[in-house]
Amino acid sequence: MTDLRDLYQQVILDHNRKPRNFRVLESANRTAEGYNPLCGDQMKLYLDVEDGMIKDAAFQGKGCAISKASASLMTAAVIGKPVDEAEALFRRVHAMLTGDATASRDTSNDGDGLGKLAVFAGVREFPSRIKCASLPWHTLRAALSGAREAVTTE
Amino acid sequence: MSTLLGSSRAPGAATTGWDVERIRRDFPALHQHVHGKPLVYLDNAATSQKPQAVIDALTAYYTRDNANVHRGVHLLSERATDAYENARRRIQRHLNAVSPREIVFVRQATEAINLVMASFGRTLVGAGDEIVISALEHHANIVPWQMLCEEKGASLKVVPVDDRGDLIMDAYARLLGPRTRLVAITQVSNALGTITPIGEIIRLAHRESIPVLVDGAQAAPHQAIDVQVLDCDFFVFSGHKTYGPTGIGVLYGKESWLERMPPYQGGGDMIKMVTFEKTIYNDLPYKFEAGTPHIAGAIGLAAALEYLAGLGLDRITAWEHELLEHGTKLLQAVAGVRLVGTARRKAAVLSFVVDGVHAHDVGTILDHDGVAVRAGHHCAMPVMARFGVPATVRASLGLYNTPGELETLARAVRMAREIIGG
Repeated sequence: MTDLRDLYQQVILDHNRKPRNFRVLESANRTAEGYNPLCGDQMKLYLDVEDGMIKDAAFQGKGCAISKASASLMTAAVIGKPVDEAEALFRRVHAMLTGDATASRDTSNDGDGLGKLAVFAGVREFPSRIKCASLPWHTLRAALSGAREAVTTE
Repeated sequence: MSTLLGSSRAPGAATTGWDVERIRRDFPALHQHVHGKPLVYLDNAATSQKPQAVIDALTAYYTRDNANVHRGVHLLSERATDAYENARRRIQRHLNAVSPREIVFVRQATEAINLVMASFGRTLVGAGDEIVISALEHHANIVPWQMLCEEKGASLKVVPVDDRGDLIMDAYARLLGPRTRLVAITQVSNALGTITPIGEIIRLAHRESIPVLVDGAQAAPHQAIDVQVLDCDFFVFSGHKTYGPTGIGVLYGKESWLERMPPYQGGGDMIKMVTFEKTIYNDLPYKFEAGTPHIAGAIGLAAALEYLAGLGLDRITAWEHELLEHGTKLLQAVAGVRLVGTARRKAAVLSFVVDGVHAHDVGTILDHDGVAVRAGHHCAMPVMARFGVPATVRASLGLYNTPGELETLARAVRMAREIIGG
């Protein structure tokens, strides 16, 4: 039996109530929109990327506690990181959420070394909620690759 | 004395004599635990659970009578054909249609609407014509008409709703005009529960000689349907929301319309004679039933309607109305809950939002208490947009739900607010 506390950990609840970097980023030179048509979650991600570094990141949107906390913690995690490190982080978080250790060879799927992002390890016990946690990350990837279409989870 | 006063679990049971505990025993799927809690199934507008009578009918068909229909040189085929055509007559009686020729089996309400769009629409709708729908429609009664309008250069007119979720009938009357070719409107809103004034809608359209399609997917499980009293031109519903199997649904069409309409799909069973030069189509309703149909599904649906008739459609309506009133009071008493959709006449749907808690989170927390609801846009995104919410939580009730289950719902909603909202 799964426990609700595995999903709604204190860190997640805190970031849902007080999302970090929840604003429009005027200096953004990369943006992307993410959309989950199943539950109506919508987000816009703003990145300020210079010389291969994510100088700043912010987001706006409407969503459930999981997607909002995920976006909040993700922006906090990627600010100040080189783009390729952020891409690597995407792969590790994705593997953790889906429980797929083969997604990336250098990845363990238990959240080790992911710092605060490891709080999302419990999400994989809730299959209907995995997309909520992964939406911000897919949106990040789209923003980094300069995709023009909105990302959807479907 | 205690029975006279009634228990808190069954308000009004004395007035209807509805033995819900006995009825629940007819539904095996209700008797299970999810996440260690007794299942409280409140997602009936998505699909209903099935009574044993339906499961037995499916098993009996596959165990004894399985054969293809309308090809009867052998006994099993005769039995299968009889069972399939008896099912059609059962549905005809249920809807009070004039003739079984007016009953076409399809996959579900969605396919029935697509059939009318493809056959009626492509023949009788042209450039500059108009189709009238409402702001309450399910995507199944929006998208086919958009596809038709795009193909034909016709336009879609939408009857607006007020803040309670009622159709604005003055606006509806003004939308009907010389170019209106069809009105396609729901009898009950799946997202809000609004019962539309369908009789009035049909009367006003017919005054202008405009045919009306009624989306009865959410009405058929909850009330008696009489297509002759309604005088609708088309009525569609799904088996699986009406306590029957998935994959079977019904299109009722007035014979005069169905005769004028070309086939929807080509294939076996829908023809009388085929040569490479010419094909002569079969009579109604077979003209619209290409290929081997869902024989077991039709038989199972007939068993479901038989079961509903045995309980009494009017008594089902009365019970669900009591549940709706009880559930409305319970949810209104929960701090932070706002009901979306408070129409004057409502079917047993409680759509709501919780202050500070996204519908998806409410859904997950409810699920952990055994309570199955839908959280999302309910395939009615324009309705959500009208009420300015991305999603709602929807508890949709059925004939086997109990006041006690609604109390569990209200408790779980309180808990969701404590966990997330605090």
